[in-house]
Amino acid sequence: MLFQNSLFLIFFLLIFYWNGISQDKIDMKKINGGTYVPLYGSDSAQVVVQDFWLDVYPVSNEQFLDFVNENKKWRKHQVISLFADQAYLSKWKNDSTLGKDMHPQSPATTVSWYAAKAYCACQAKRLPTMDEWEYAAMASETKINAQQDSLFNQRIIQSYETPKTYAQKIGSTFKNYWGIYDLHGLVWEWTSDFNSVLISGESRQDVDTERNLFCAGGAVNATNLMDYAAFMRYAFRGSIKANYCIQSLGFRCAKSTEK
Amino acid sequence: MTKNVNFMYYCKNLNIMQYIKPFNLSKRIITLMSVILLASCSQEAGKNKTIDSATIQVSGEMKAELTSPPLVPTPVGNRVAKKLILDMEIIEEEGQMADGVTYIYWTFGGSVPGSFIRTRVGDEVEFTLKNHPDNKLPHNIDLHAVTGPGGGATSSFVAPGHQTMFSFKTLNPGLYVYHCATAPVGMHIANGMYGLILVEPEGGLSKVDKEYYIMQGDFYTKGENGQPGLQPFDMQKAVDEDADYVVFNGRVGALTGDQAITAQVGETVRLFVGNGGPNLVSSFHVIGEIFDKVNIEGGTAINENVQTTLIPAGGAAIVEFKVDVPGTFILVDHSIFRAFNKGALGMLKVEGPENKTLYSGKQQEGIYHPEGGGIQEMPAEEAATPIASSVEERIELGKQIYAQTCLACHQGEGQGIAHAFPPLANSDYLNDDVSRAIEIVLKGKTGEITVNGNKYNSIMTAQTLTNEEVANVLTYVYNSWGNNKTEVTPKMVAKIKNSR
Repeated sequence: MLFQNSLFLIFFLLIFYWNGISQDKIDMKKINGGTYVPLYGSDSAQVVVQDFWLDVYPVSNEQFLDFVNENKKWRKHQVISLFADQAYLSKWKNDSTLGKDMHPQSPATTVSWYAAKAYCACQAKRLPTMDEWEYAAMASETKINAQQDSLFNQRIIQSYETPKTYAQKIGSTFKNYWGIYDLHGLVWEWTSDFNSVLISGESRQDVDTERNLFCAGGAVNATNLMDYAAFMRYAFRGSIKANYCIQSLGFRCAKSTEK
Repeated sequence: MTKNVNFMYYCKNLNIMQYIKPFNLSKRIITLMSVILLASCSQEAGKNKTIDSATIQVSGEMKAELTSPPLVPTPVGNRVAKKLILDMEIIEEEGQMADGVTYIYWTFGGSVPGSFIRTRVGDEVEFTLKNHPDNKLPHNIDLHAVTGPGGGATSSFVAPGHQTMFSFKTLNPGLYVYHCATAPVGMHIANGMYGLILVEPEGGLSKVDKEYYIMQGDFYTKGENGQPGLQPFDMQKAVDEDADYVVFNGRVGALTGDQAITAQVGETVRLFVGNGGPNLVSSFHVIGEIFDKVNIEGGTAINENVQTTLIPAGGAAIVEFKVDVPGTFILVDHSIFRAFNKGALGMLKVEGPENKTLYSGKQQEGIYHPEGGGIQEMPAEEAATPIASSVEERIELGKQIYAQTCLACHQGEGQGIAHAFPPLANSDYLNDDVSRAIEIVLKGKTGEITVNGNKYNSIMTAQTLTNEEVANVLTYVYNSWGNNKTEVTPKMVAKIKNSR
């Protein structure tokens, strides 16, 4: 075990050296796969998630600035409008300078799905799938699955309600079971297949939509607080398009395990 | 035969039974047919009305005027149907729920309830919904005045930093609620996402002197009512329908003190009253007024001379009344604990000359003897009152009087009610001047005072108490809740009474 750990350490040190990046906040943690029930589906709608690696922190402003400096086509004024709407990097002072009120260690936001995808590709990574993200995010500090923990869920709902959390620094919320920070409480995060959510925005109608989506699901237990936190997340995903750049929406990267 | 009997029974109200009875079968059939014809005609007439508003042509366009509560936009009057350009912004922001208590409100147009929308039948509204970039959540709007899927909700779903546009034609006159219908819908409503849209009939509503916009809502906070600090939404309490605050216009005191709505004696007041919920139904009542006219549930049916009107969650009512006498009229949800303990209390201040014929004010005070003896002028000292022999006894007797006479307004712990009834606990106003306190109990108090830094402008009536009772209750108050432990004696009371 010790040998394995030190092997990882050497592996990572090598990567840092190789990339010439000195930040200590780009490391990843391995998430052991398993099954989970998305949104308010029933047990029969369990989804299997394979092992994967996930960034410990969301991508920071500083990291995204480095990326933009090296990839001119993703600069604020050079980006193709098809890939990012007018809000892209809207608070940046110019192509290569962050805005006055922006902290380099705050999560990078107002980044479109295309830009996030390109960023991850540059690191030889990818965006996590929605199932991977949800699976990792249902872990509390101590439990792999805290979906039934009402206090955990109340805390998530509360964090979703708190305004302007995008201005906080990465790592400022809790570290979950897998050693991942900020899955809740900082910013929403892009997933590779966010647009597979079929929420029309008409919540009463969506009860049926989702029932179809997760077949057999059906019973909406309104007293389960997890439903509400998930509802808010899924509703958000349902409201966005890949070129949208939103102040409260950031991202982190994932990686498949070697087969 | 049984069929005919049934038919006759149903036709009773149409007063045609008398024709059917003596006729032969063929005539019966003819009558039957004509009844059916008549019925279909009247149905047709109803339909025509709807078709009419759908076919009203618009001419020209204008920007819709939006107002924050308690104000309403200019009446439509005689204007023709137009294309209305309407811009509404959704803002999530921290606001004050009560003194020292804040809450993250989600708002249509920066206020709770959201901006008032005023249209007339046949208007074509081009609605742009903007979700502020700093917001965290997607939203939409369901207007009960809209005929279409989701009342516009399906077409108006919008992510933060984006805007969406849809159009609708107002078909039915009335007062309608609008609200956000994004999942979880209960939470969006509980956080303040509701407002009213008025569709006036052709030619507008009748002219009145004053119009105001009032909307009730219930709120669910992690801390109990009054617990200071930023209070997060409590989903479990919302599910249990266990409200911490029930308020008019989004917060405690939005319509009291300086914020009270006003009118002059002789004016007719129209209130557009809505109920956003999410859970509770409102028993809307104005203390000391009778509604001359109520558009029941915001629709076309009018009821007259109404004391309390029921407003369902997600519903509204238009109430009208002429104010005949001056004074402060208290607006409440007559589920009365909500008014005095959870905040559902507002004020209408009416100024102008007294009208002693309509309301006399207090004319005579007396002691009531159930055994007989008639009404007597209150004597200087009332023998029937138990006389306190020590401070402790005085406090004990005073406590009983407090519970009977003072508690309803000043509350169990002397905490009063924000913006309406000043506190007696730790009260600087009380402790500063004993004579003044005695005088207020004896003679009442009207007008603005400042207690512990907060302004109150309310009315306390003169109390029908003996000198001994006044001494006891004031001694109790002075010896409770951190006050300065003054003992008030009947002698002190008598001195004040006789001196002025």
